[in-house]
Amino acid sequence: MKNPDVVLIGFGWTGAIMAERLTAAGLNVLAIERGGWRDTPNNFATTFDQDELRYMWRHRLFENVAHDTLTFRNNTSQVALPMRRLGSFLPGTGVGGAGVHWNGQVWRFLPSDFKALSHNRERYGQAAIGDMTIADYPVSYDDLEKHYDTFEYLCGVSGKAGNLNGAIQPGGNPFEGPRSREYPNPPLDMTYGPMLFAKAAQEAGYHPFVHPAANMSRAYTNPLGVQMGECTYCGFCEKFGCGNYSKASPQATILPVLMRRPNFKLITHCEVTRIELDSTRKRATGVTYVDDKGKERFQPAELVMLTAYILHNVRLLLLSGIGAPYDPQSGTGVIGKNYAYQITSSVNVFYDDKITNPFIGAGALGMIIDDFNGDNFDHSGLGFIGGGYIGVVNTGARPIETHPVPKGVPAWGAEWKKAVARNYLRMVSIATHGAVMSHRGNYLDLDPTYKDAFGRPLLRMTFDYTDNEHRMSDYLTDRATDVAKRMGARDVSPKKRTGAYSIVPYQTTHNTGGAMMGDDPRTSAVNRYLQSWDVSNLFVTGSAVYPQNAGYNPTGTLAALAYWSADAVVNRYLKAPGPLI
Amino acid sequence: MKRWLLLGLLVCSGAQAADDLVARGKYLTILGDCAACHTRKDGPELAGGVPLDSGFGTIYSRNITPDVQTGIGGWTADQFYRAMHSGRSADGSHLYPAFPYPYFTHMTRADDDAIFAYLKTVPAVSYKPPPNKLPFPLNIRGLMSIWNALYFTQGEYKPDPARSAAWNRGAYLVTGLGHCGGCHTPKDWLMGDENDRALSGGVVEHWFAADLTGNTRGGLASWSANDTIEYLKTGRNARATASGPMGEVAELSTSQTSDADLAAIAEYIKSLAPSAQKQPSAPDPAAMHSGEAIFVDACASCHLAGGKGQPYLFPPLAGNASVQGSDPTTIVRLVLDGSRSPSTAARPTPNAMPAFGWKLDDRQVADVVTYVRNSWGNAGEPVEAGAVAKLRKR
Amino acid sequence: MPPSDFTRRNVLATGTAGLALAQAVKADTYQSDPKLPPAETDRPAAADPLHGYVFFSTAEASFIEAALARLIPKDELGPGAVEAGVAVFIDRQLAGPYGQGDHFYLKGPFPKSEPTQGWQAPKPAEVYRQAIPAVERYAKDSAGASFAQLSPEKQDTVLKALESGDAKLKGGVEAKTFFALLLQNTMEGFFSDPLYGGNRDMAGWKLIGFPGARYNNRPYVLRHGERYPLPPVAIGGRPDWSRS
Repeated sequence: MKNPDVVLIGFGWTGAIMAERLTAAGLNVLAIERGGWRDTPNNFATTFDQDELRYMWRHRLFENVAHDTLTFRNNTSQVALPMRRLGSFLPGTGVGGAGVHWNGQVWRFLPSDFKALSHNRERYGQAAIGDMTIADYPVSYDDLEKHYDTFEYLCGVSGKAGNLNGAIQPGGNPFEGPRSREYPNPPLDMTYGPMLFAKAAQEAGYHPFVHPAANMSRAYTNPLGVQMGECTYCGFCEKFGCGNYSKASPQATILPVLMRRPNFKLITHCEVTRIELDSTRKRATGVTYVDDKGKERFQPAELVMLTAYILHNVRLLLLSGIGAPYDPQSGTGVIGKNYAYQITSSVNVFYDDKITNPFIGAGALGMIIDDFNGDNFDHSGLGFIGGGYIGVVNTGARPIETHPVPKGVPAWGAEWKKAVARNYLRMVSIATHGAVMSHRGNYLDLDPTYKDAFGRPLLRMTFDYTDNEHRMSDYLTDRATDVAKRMGARDVSPKKRTGAYSIVPYQTTHNTGGAMMGDDPRTSAVNRYLQSWDVSNLFVTGSAVYPQNAGYNPTGTLAALAYWSADAVVNRYLKAPGPLI
Repeated sequence: MKRWLLLGLLVCSGAQAADDLVARGKYLTILGDCAACHTRKDGPELAGGVPLDSGFGTIYSRNITPDVQTGIGGWTADQFYRAMHSGRSADGSHLYPAFPYPYFTHMTRADDDAIFAYLKTVPAVSYKPPPNKLPFPLNIRGLMSIWNALYFTQGEYKPDPARSAAWNRGAYLVTGLGHCGGCHTPKDWLMGDENDRALSGGVVEHWFAADLTGNTRGGLASWSANDTIEYLKTGRNARATASGPMGEVAELSTSQTSDADLAAIAEYIKSLAPSAQKQPSAPDPAAMHSGEAIFVDACASCHLAGGKGQPYLFPPLAGNASVQGSDPTTIVRLVLDGSRSPSTAARPTPNAMPAFGWKLDDRQVADVVTYVRNSWGNAGEPVEAGAVAKLRKR
Repeated sequence: MPPSDFTRRNVLATGTAGLALAQAVKADTYQSDPKLPPAETDRPAAADPLHGYVFFSTAEASFIEAALARLIPKDELGPGAVEAGVAVFIDRQLAGPYGQGDHFYLKGPFPKSEPTQGWQAPKPAEVYRQAIPAVERYAKDSAGASFAQLSPEKQDTVLKALESGDAKLKGGVEAKTFFALLLQNTMEGFFSDPLYGGNRDMAGWKLIGFPGARYNNRPYVLRHGERYPLPPVAIGGRPDWSRS
């Protein structure tokens, strides 16, 4: 392969999607990945994959913060300090990115999630918005429907449609946006815990349905011709690779075909440090990267795609001087603006008479209610907007991480030992998974003090939950507790998310925003096709472009946006390179 | 932007053949899998230098690009035909039968000429392979005349008028250019084919190439002709996945063979009379006990309870020919080292059997192999730990 | 089948078959699937099976063993942390890359921090090294003897003071930070694969009913309410894998 037409910075889900689409269109594509090559039999084989210590606690597949981390503070009155070890979120590194160790939870946002500002303002008035900096997405659910569908069929998602072209389907999510066809695979077999929850939720008048899962309920061949195996419910999805070809990942769905294409090339252990611009600063000439020997190299390209993790995408924009950095004081600037996250809580339920075997699991094996997500319920008088889903997802109760005991039991000692022996096989954990809106004081910029291994400033995260998130999460936790109390258990132990956001306990790897998409170059970083307003041959993918987060896991939407953007590149940009808007 | 589209077109169109003869020659070169022995890993196409284990020492394959000094650029079509047909080099000296002229001799002059025409078109590469590493007296090429007297019958394939045209085409390809017997026919101590046991399975480079006859245990009795076609075309079928050298053959050669030729090959193979079958000894119950424990914990996630497998992904073990092979080399190796499925256009996914050699000791490998060879209706001679140790040390 | 036996036997029995993937970071270019042989695995390395401690001094080990005996005591339910090899586990972890902070960002400065900002301490091995003498001093000052010599009740009082942060340790390490680390490492040692020296005989897994490194639960998904029938298995297997 001669000079590439396209350079991809980072090779996870969106990198693989872009590479597949653009090579199919005949372009020469080079992906630059800072981690190494990883493949199923070599890196996550069934012979050693089920190792909680090595993967979860020693971060075998995760980004190594010794090399590069971020600094964190709750607000501008604090001094941001380095996240010295991973905790709250677990980004990936290496081929496949976090797409290797995710759970496979594939959601579509609600149609109203794309209109968070106008929809809520219309229904609840400007007062409900307050000083939030939320915005409408510059794309609609209808724009993305076929791209959601493409990703779901690529991944072989197991699930049950709730809304087929407007007709509500029994067993599915009645609140979801209309989908053009059924999921490619039927739902997974369901374990006991989620069924106990679903029964109680149904009795409470809610609408339980099966969680859409990129874990195969049967052997599957995707539209690219790539084959996947039937899930074995081993319970080692999240934080682990899949040794069984049963969880969708770039490796399990795209790479077998992509790696056969002569117009694709990948280089590993090379880290892009800057996007280079020409003298007009309106056009990228290529990227500078550091190779394994520490040597800086320049790679020219016609088109540059930022396909790394959200936090790196935003940081590379800042380090490359592309777009105006956001200033929380004045509210001006766009890069780093509208950083958001997810807010979660749980309600643990303990039985005496029911064995739930919570270790039997799959990443997205669960039963969910969406009655309190988005604007699926009337928020009048509740004091918040947004929502989240509630449900039981048996991702697999790996015991170092998951050995809950009822409230009041100490964390160690003889009493703890008795409690953990009594409860481990008899517990169900209900989770709530809520949206985080955008707020003026939550943002990303560069840290003035701390540097990475190359001497570049670390990204600085300033973030806290606001009253809106806490009220919303408490409301969800109360609803979850209502259901839990109907489950006939010995003990119900709710655990609300209280106090300031902490980067210590694992919550989710659902960081969003910082390079938001919008209709106006003054208030957004990229246009509706994910094209940089400032540099027209630069596209930014991933959840960085979300104006705010929704109550769902972000992967389905960021993948749909990648397909949407790839379509725009192939069908419009190639014909007339330059700003698409 | 036009430049991009142009590049794209070039990439997509691929090499174009100049004329029919060269195109046919290329097809035959792929069908004969010449690259398997004549192209080094990541090396230039057909420039030779691949080390081949002859059983007695290492022979390095020849540069067959049209380079005049180091390749066959100075050869005539007659000289090329003589090499293929008689096993003689351009200067008349004997070639070693690591070059499978005992099979190629069955080919027609027209096919040899086509291959030669194609070889003239590949990029000439100046490269001289290393000298062979053969002990005395095998390093004397003249000795091959004795070997030829014992094992080599020169002559083009003679069609059997009692058989269909397809069968004859299959026989021509299997016994000629395809040189299937090179691996699948057992060899005697001088590495000559035991022709009375043709295609009943042979050990090559520490793999057991399966019994292709209608043997009901280790052979392909249960395979339909379509099973064989699918296997060769895609690298796998519902019953088996190509592994080891056969995986490479599927990727480089048979997946690119025409459907008509694959059907011919399948018809011929289906007609092979079953090889002799021996009643295996009864396995040790202790081996079956530990073997079952390992199977349940380590194998059943993919191959499923009862060894029924997941067709096209993880082969069924019940009724599987390789599992019950008269020689367990392949199945032991699969457990020790794992194996990657070939990636073909029809089946691009290179699913793999993981390696267990690092976590199972010799006895455990022997026991689990013995267990799968003797469960669910399978029958195969039990495997001893010593045999595993030997393969591990190879 | 103690893990140390597994490891030693395995090293001897498996020899060199199958190379571990090269750990060196090396830039590579891929124009096609590299088709790495499955025998080249990123497999785990077993803990050093030799007896005795690598990292802990005798004095440190005496504190660790005494503390572990309180964190997860041996009782009628079965072995405690000490019996399950957790002290050896922590020792090997601290002597290895984890203890050296291979996945920690350790550049200064280290100013005063908020709890929400997480770990602001040196590498784990250093935290143990600094904290144990400080805890011993605290035990002597507050309860009159070194930790191992105290009654179980008094030991619990000391541990609770560390847990809550009420204990003020001399020498810079925060009691809460050290206790949280010790408790986390204890849980890791009690519930991780026996390969790493803890969870000996899968005692932690047996206590709670976790079946270990099993890869196929498909037959049991729909057996709601039934006890899981298979015994636990480790990455290195279980006793039934070998002929007795």
